[in-house]
Order: sequence, then C-alpha cells, then structure tokens
Amino acid sequence: MKTNSDSNEIGIKNACKLCTPLGASLAFKGIKGAIPFLHGSQGCATYIRRYLISHYKEPMDIASSNFSEETAVFGGGANLKLGLSNITKQYEPVLIGVATTCLSETIGDDVPMFLDEYKKYDDGGQKSHLVHVSTASYRGTHRNGYNDAVKATVASLLNKVGKTVTDERQVNLFPGMVSPKDIRYLKEILSDFNLRFIVLPDYSETLDGGLWSEYQKIPDGGTDVSDILKMGNSSLSIEFGRILANEDSAGKFLESTFDVPCKSMGLPVGVKETDIFFKSLEGLAGMDTPEKYQGERARLIDSYVDGHKYVAGKKAFVFGDEELVVGLASFLSEIGIKPVLCATGGQSGLLKKKIMEVNPLFSEPDCIVSEGIDFVGIMDFAKMLKPDILLGSSKGYHIAREMELPLVRVGFPIHDRVGGSRVSHLGYRGAQELFDRIANALIETKQASSDVGYSYI
Amino acid sequence: MTAIHILKDRENQIHETGKAPFNMACDKHSLSGSVSQRACVFCGSRVVLYPIADAVHLVHGPIGCAAYTWDIRGALSSGPELHRLSFSTDLREKDVIFGGEEKLYRTLTALIDTYSPKAAFVYSTCIVGIIGDDVEAVLRRVQKEKNIPVLAVHSEGFKGTKKDGYRAACEALFKLIGKGDASAVGKYAINILGEFNIGGEAWIIKNYYRKMGIDVVSVMTGDGRVEEVMKSHGAKLNVVQCSGSMTHLAKMMEEKYGIPYIRVSYFGIEDMSKALYDVAEFFSDNSHILEKTKTMVKEEVEAVYPELLSIRKALSGKKGAIYVGGAFKAFSLIKALKMIGMDVVLVGSQTGSEEDYAILKDMCDDGTVIVDDANPLELSKYIIEKKADLFIGGVKERPIAYKMGIGFCDHNHERKTPLAGYEGMLNFAREVYYTVTSPVWQFAPRNVVN
Repeated sequence: MKTNSDSNEIGIKNACKLCTPLGASLAFKGIKGAIPFLHGSQGCATYIRRYLISHYKEPMDIASSNFSEETAVFGGGANLKLGLSNITKQYEPVLIGVATTCLSETIGDDVPMFLDEYKKYDDGGQKSHLVHVSTASYRGTHRNGYNDAVKATVASLLNKVGKTVTDERQVNLFPGMVSPKDIRYLKEILSDFNLRFIVLPDYSETLDGGLWSEYQKIPDGGTDVSDILKMGNSSLSIEFGRILANEDSAGKFLESTFDVPCKSMGLPVGVKETDIFFKSLEGLAGMDTPEKYQGERARLIDSYVDGHKYVAGKKAFVFGDEELVVGLASFLSEIGIKPVLCATGGQSGLLKKKIMEVNPLFSEPDCIVSEGIDFVGIMDFAKMLKPDILLGSSKGYHIAREMELPLVRVGFPIHDRVGGSRVSHLGYRGAQELFDRIANALIETKQASSDVGYSYI
Repeated sequence: MTAIHILKDRENQIHETGKAPFNMACDKHSLSGSVSQRACVFCGSRVVLYPIADAVHLVHGPIGCAAYTWDIRGALSSGPELHRLSFSTDLREKDVIFGGEEKLYRTLTALIDTYSPKAAFVYSTCIVGIIGDDVEAVLRRVQKEKNIPVLAVHSEGFKGTKKDGYRAACEALFKLIGKGDASAVGKYAINILGEFNIGGEAWIIKNYYRKMGIDVVSVMTGDGRVEEVMKSHGAKLNVVQCSGSMTHLAKMMEEKYGIPYIRVSYFGIEDMSKALYDVAEFFSDNSHILEKTKTMVKEEVEAVYPELLSIRKALSGKKGAIYVGGAFKAFSLIKALKMIGMDVVLVGSQTGSEEDYAILKDMCDDGTVIVDDANPLELSKYIIEKKADLFIGGVKERPIAYKMGIGFCDHNHERKTPLAGYEGMLNFAREVYYTVTSPVWQFAPRNVVN
C-alpha cells in the first residue's frame, strides 16, 4: 500500500527489501494447482525464480509473458493471452496468478480487460481461475506484493460465490510471509483446537516437500481453491501482522463484504504475541489451550529463566520485513535483549509506532527504528552502536563478517545455509528454537573469544 | 506418469539426433508462457560487466533488478571489490511520473564521491526507456564533473534477448578500450575475453600463459580493472573464451585495432590444452613459447590424470544431461563428460546459434536430445526419459534434478569452485563423482524397488 513516506531522494546500496512481484509469486505458490505468471520481461520471472530457489531449494516455475520491444510499444494484451494459453496447455493449472511488473504497469496495460477477453474467447475450455494483482515494483516491497496477492485471490474468487452459511467452527488464517515450517505448525495448532481452518497461502508442502517418483508439473499441496471459496462462511479471520492491521487486506475484504470478523494481531513471535493468538483460538474453539501447547509454553519460559544470564543486556540488530522485525523486537524485549536497531527497507511509516506497542521498554535513542534503510546504512549503525548479535536474513552476513558478530539467520532470504524452509519463528515452539539459537550463538561467541577455552559453560 | 506435452511452437527447437533431418530453430525471442530458463537483456549486460571490480555498477530502475544481482556470483577480485556491492536508483512511483534523471544524477555523483571508482557503468532497466529519461545526457554531465569514464549500458530487459545484453555490455567496454596508454605492452601479449574469474579461474589461466611466456594485458572481465581494459588495444591477440558473450567485442577490436581473435574453451583437458597450443601457435615466431607450452601441458596433465582415470572407472557408462547458457561451453562439457566415461543424453543451451547446434549434433551419439531455450517441463521430460544420472546446469536446473533423484553439477556463475584449467577439470570430475555416487540416491523413489 502506498504511503506518504514511500519515496526517497537518492538511490540505495545493498537493498534490505525485494520487489513486489517476488512477494506475489510466493503467495501464489501457496495455492493448490496454481502457477504464478509475471506480466513483463523474461528476466523478472527468471531472477525471482533463482532468488526463491536459492532459499527454498525447490522447483519454482514462474511463467512470463516475455515482453519484446513491440509488446512495449503496442501493449501486452496479445502476449499475455498467448502466455496464458501456453501455460494452460503445459501445466493445466487450477489457477493462474497474474502479477504485473514495473514495465506492464508503466505502459498502462489494462490487465483486467485482457483477462476478461481471454476468458471469453481464448481459454480453450480449461477454465482456470485467473487472479490479477497489480504489483508495480516501484510501489512498496515484496511484503506488499505478497499481501496484495492474497487479497486479490480472495477478492476475485469470492466475488462470484460469496457467503452461503456461517460455520461457527471455521476460521481463516492469513499467516503472512512465514516459513513452510511455521505454516505446518500453525495448521497443527488449528487442528488441535478441533477447528476447521483455511490457511492462505499454504506453501508448507509446495515449497518444502519430498522427492518425487514422477514429475509434478505443479508440486502437490497448497490451499485448495474450493476451500478459498468457503472463506466467506468462516466465523473469524485471523491475520498476522501489526503493520498489515493498518492496511487493506484479505481479512478486511471478507469483513466488509461478508461480515466475517477480522482479528489482526502481530506475528506470534515470543510468549506475549503467541498468547494473544492462543487466546483468540480458545475463545473461538470454546476450549482451553491443549496441554501440548501449555507444555511448550512452560518449557519455553523455563528455558528463558535458565538462559537469561547469557542474553541479559545484549544489544541486537533486527532487520528484514517489517512484520518479522516487530515480532522479533517483541520477543527480544521479553528475554532481556535490547533491540537497539530495528531496520527495514520497507516504508510503511508505521514501524516505530508498532514497535512501541510491543516493546514496553522502548525509548529513543536507545532503540533506533529505521525505515527505508539499506545494508550499507545498517553497517554504519553497526559501527556506531556496536551490537552483540544480528538477527535477520543472510544478506546481513557481510556485516556479521566485517564486525565479527554472530548472525542468527531468520526470515527471508537465507542463501548461505541449508534449511531456510525449516526455520521456526512462530508460536511457543518457534520462540524456543529462536531462544536456543540466540543464546547458543552468544555463548559460542563468548567461548570463541575467550583465551581460556572453557568447555563447561 | 503425467504426460508432459511439448508446445507446438517449441517443437522445432528440440531435436533428437538420428531421428529426423536436422533443422533446428534458435535465436528466437522466448515464447510467452513457456517458462524459459533465460533471463533478459539486463542479465546479459550485468553478467558480462559484473566482475570489473574497481567500477561502480549502478542499476537505474526500481529495486528488483539490483537486489537480485547483489553479490550472487563467484567472480573473485584480487583487489577492490566494488562489484560485490549493489547500487540502485530505487525508482519510486513519483520518479516514474516525473522522471528519474535528477535522482540518477544525485545517486551517481554520491556513489562516485563515496567510492572513488575508476569508472561507472549505468544500466538502464525496463522502464527507463518508457519514462523517457535522457540517461546519456545525465552521464555526460557526471563524466565531465567527476572526470572518470561514465558509461551507459542500454539493457532494458525487453529490448531483445540476453544476447542483446551481451552486445550492450561489449559496446560499453569498447568505449573504454583505447583510452589508456598501451606503449608498454609487450610483443607476446594477449587479452582474454569472456572469462569471469569464477572461483579464481582467470588466475589459473593467466598462470598457464605466464608460464608460457605470454603476458595477459586484460581479462575481460574476470578480476577486471578499468585501466587494463583501457590499454587492452595493445594486445596482439584476443582469446575469446565465452564466445557467445564476447565475440562481438573481439570483432569490433579486430576492425578498429587490427587485433585478430581465436575462440577457445578452458573446460576439459582437451580444450584447455588446445587453448594454450593455439596461442603458442599464434606466436610461432618464438619457438620457446611452444616448447614451454609442451612441458607445462605435460606436467599439468600428469598431475591430474591418475585421479581422473580412477573417477572414469567409477562413472563409466553413467549418463549426463547438460543445459547451460552458451553452446560453446556445452561442446567442452560433452568432451569432459566423455573423458570421465559418461554418455551425454541431453544437451542444450539458452543462446546457441544454428552453427553451434550443428556442431553439437555432430558431437553427439544418436538418440541424444538437443534443445534450444528449454523450460523446466521439457528438461524434466528428457532427463527422466533418458534416465540421466547427472544434470549439469545452474541454480534453476538444480531442483529439477534433485526432485527426480538425479545428481547435479553447478556450472554457472554462482558457483564458487574453479572448473576451468587442469585443476578445474579435476574439481569438475570430483564434483560429478561425489554427486553421482552419493549414497543419498538409494532413498530416491526412482531407485526404491517395491
């Protein structure tokens, strides 16, 4: 979503953000039988594929309408329709997620009109669902592209169906840009509350699956379109993201159009934010949090106590997507680590306000919140503030290396380690993994920098 | 098994040797909706100029193009590392409406002030042409003010294919050539074109030439320096390695400076040796060079041969598939695979020419599939049908191989291991050996007998 602060006077060095079509492509990968389709130059699809593959290590087919000079001059309608027809012949998709690019947006292509024409005359009887999302890369970041694609999917599919009944035990969950492992855990939680649930998107299997015995044109898994069509019947939507709470979203569309209440809450990172999530589920399901999760919570707090001295008073830098930055700031503040820099390349204009909401100890200038920053800017802060630990994507590695700091890799992308898909961030279980990793990273740093070489800490 | 259909418009870009008369279509714009493995014009330019380590590389456009090309390659530098930074004008909606010229000016001058580069390359991305920025005018102004070469790279993504991007990069380089003083360049001096110092390959190759008594004036662009490029017109011969990307520059240099060029490949024992002997041959007025070459090649081959033979024994009869950017690399890889006992069942490239494909056809046994500008479905179809044990490609091909339980060797620019030269051949053979013979494949569904 465009905000007043979304501008800059000078370019950037080593971006701490990615472009909107990447976010949209990722969201579409979480719909069963769907294929993302970028309306623009070939390079957009290819670069984004490679960037995503390097993190998820899974096939990442993204189609492109592959603009030529003629297309740019005469408009992309013919190319788009040919591309849709070819992708349909090859992949037989249930849904094609058409995201625009800076090129097709700038030349003013009327994509909704092209899609209508295609459906009328050209689609060869396949009847794939077509979802269009406007993702000009000069507006917003990958986070916006992701959320906008989720919203466009819900709005365009439910446009035709709407609400039939209200199912008191059915809940919609919009998790935001989290890891496949996080999504698997969220589904486990919802099942354990005996709820019927629709999680959108769900790339827990499409982007983290096993080997194949025969080639899958579109990997198995993802949210079923028939389930998305039932989202209007749910008794509640939960959407994660304190920034998203102030923005247009799929949840808010369902609320305003089909009276499905939408509860916005922060990404459940750490005890406090996770408690809010579980409280909502308790209310909805009419039951207490299952013992399994009470046990997770108890063990987590036990570990906080056991490990608090290793982390106490440490200074952390947190960088990446706004929502994860807010979540991590909340989590760090409850274990005694000071998030001295909360940084993002995005420019929602809301980050500081949201961090103040979750961090009761927030005070400037002890905690600096920086929007629209790049990694060169983060490095400058690192030299000034001398943090003890970095939390963020692998793109912070240059800083970690130069400043000899531990980097706990979270979020996206993780391009220099295996297991990017299997990083846990959410819930008590995710906080447990994060806490152990952070505490151990700090212990390891202390151990490595000690002359003594203690083997008993 | 799910049937994989080949799109009708793609059929004439796929050929199975021995089956039908050879008539391969290529050099075409990728088909819309075909999920081409190719990138765009910008990618072609960026990939060629990227390793120039003492220049600022500024991407003029919205953030994506710069973000996706930040420090992604294994192109090493022995000194400055400006190439590993990612600079973007990060155009926003306001800039798209009112134009990005002022922002380009501000960003570029600030970068030059901060980093004191020897030159600056400014890459135009898709929308720059559309919004009508007069990039050349801005760059002239900056060049005058900052007194360093500032070069426009016309790489709008949609204006052709990756090959047009190579061309734009060559043209930018050509503007630098001749600006330096070449008077100190010796009699036995060459340039190496299309060698990007991935994992230090240019250093390995330069060392061979040095041992032969040959000076290398400039490697374009591996471990590249602006000053070396500027005096490269002093060389007596251009040795073109990645011919798809740099032959255009070699031709321009031949025309303007009368420097002849030869095409070589540094991959595999056979082609590596030929690349050295061809240069020795060119300087045949000095018989010492040939003598030194013979001695060196003998020593180098002897150093790696025993291990290559043992790997060959282990891999004998295994099947390999190759899908790479340029066809010339594919020629070498076919020979390299044959050397370690493997058969080639699929070979293809993103940018091969008609002539290239005719050569590929002659090199391959009957039943080999040859593809131009393929996509994931086609590649999957053939590696499965042909029962490949190994796939050689880049990051985008890797998951295709792995999902089907097939070994993989990265032969693209992201890799960090040198695969060129004699020691590179050994690295390559080891990598192939470890992936093909890994115990993990025992668990792959295709190998599990129910």
